[in-house]
Amino acid sequence: MVEDVLSVAQAWKNEGRKVALATVVATWGSSPRPAGSQLVVDEDGRMQGSVSGGCIEGAVVKEARDCMEGAPPRLLEFGVSNEQAWEVGLACGGTVKVYVEALT
Amino acid sequence: MNLDLLQQLNEARSAKRRAAMVRWLETHDEALVVDGSVLAGDLDDATMAAVADCLRADRSRMVETAAGPAFVQIFNPPLRLIVVGAVHITQALAPMASLTGYAVSVIDPRGAFATKDRFPEVSLVDDWPDEAMEALAPDRRTAVVTLTHDPKLDDPALDVALRSEAFYIAALGSRRTHAGRVERLAALGHDETAIARIHGPAGIDIGAVSPAEIALSVMAEMTSVLRRE
Repeated sequence: MVEDVLSVAQAWKNEGRKVALATVVATWGSSPRPAGSQLVVDEDGRMQGSVSGGCIEGAVVKEARDCMEGAPPRLLEFGVSNEQAWEVGLACGGTVKVYVEALT
Repeated sequence: MNLDLLQQLNEARSAKRRAAMVRWLETHDEALVVDGSVLAGDLDDATMAAVADCLRADRSRMVETAAGPAFVQIFNPPLRLIVVGAVHITQALAPMASLTGYAVSVIDPRGAFATKDRFPEVSLVDDWPDEAMEALAPDRRTAVVTLTHDPKLDDPALDVALRSEAFYIAALGSRRTHAGRVERLAALGHDETAIARIHGPAGIDIGAVSPAEIALSVMAEMTSVLRRE
């Protein structure tokens, strides 16, 4: 069964873990996951859900860790126009904006 | 996001209420709207109107507000699938539909078929299909699939489905049995346009043979009607 991301986020937080949420807030062109898609990450790097077909999750988890350590929420953009993102590899050629925040 | 707010949102979702979470991407403020009431945060009239619009369209998106760009995330109750007939195909279709995000109800008054052993995770209804369908009240976010092959069970369900806004209605059976079904439903007073809403034989043609393959073809057709029409 596919886990419900927001239920997992609540459960992990209640277990006393540090938890961050990443949410797709906008997409352009061909992108694998629509706006509203979410990924939850904990301090050990466990994750549930997705914000892409697996292409940018690694980079998002890195930012999510900063948020768990107290950094403010941030808006990330991945797409072909962004060189770093290209290295990360959103291979579908689309662009996505992902909002990353800690669960506090 | 604040844990309290997340808890309130999850409660609203499990109670199958219509919820919207608003996050301002620059100020990091947040608000929660459930069934039209603001449970947390501040929303001006224009933003409330945008939230209502997103709920209607069943689509999460960015919205420009006086306080800067905000992301409106929509949580409508799940789509529903009503299956008539707790048959072998249903044992494959029900879990596929759950995985796809549907809340599944299976109607079958025949006790030997509708057992918890065969259907551990779905809501089973053992009333006659006409009563059961009236009680479940299909709406435009509901799909109805009849799989019993038995007109005594399938027809009353289709009769109710055709008088509803169900987005997908399908009936298992060969072209010949479907022709008979069309005649019987016409006799019940449904016109040609209404009857044409029924996908029969159910499912897209992928040469399906096994129960799971037939379930897959029905699931594919349901998805295509939902997303393309």
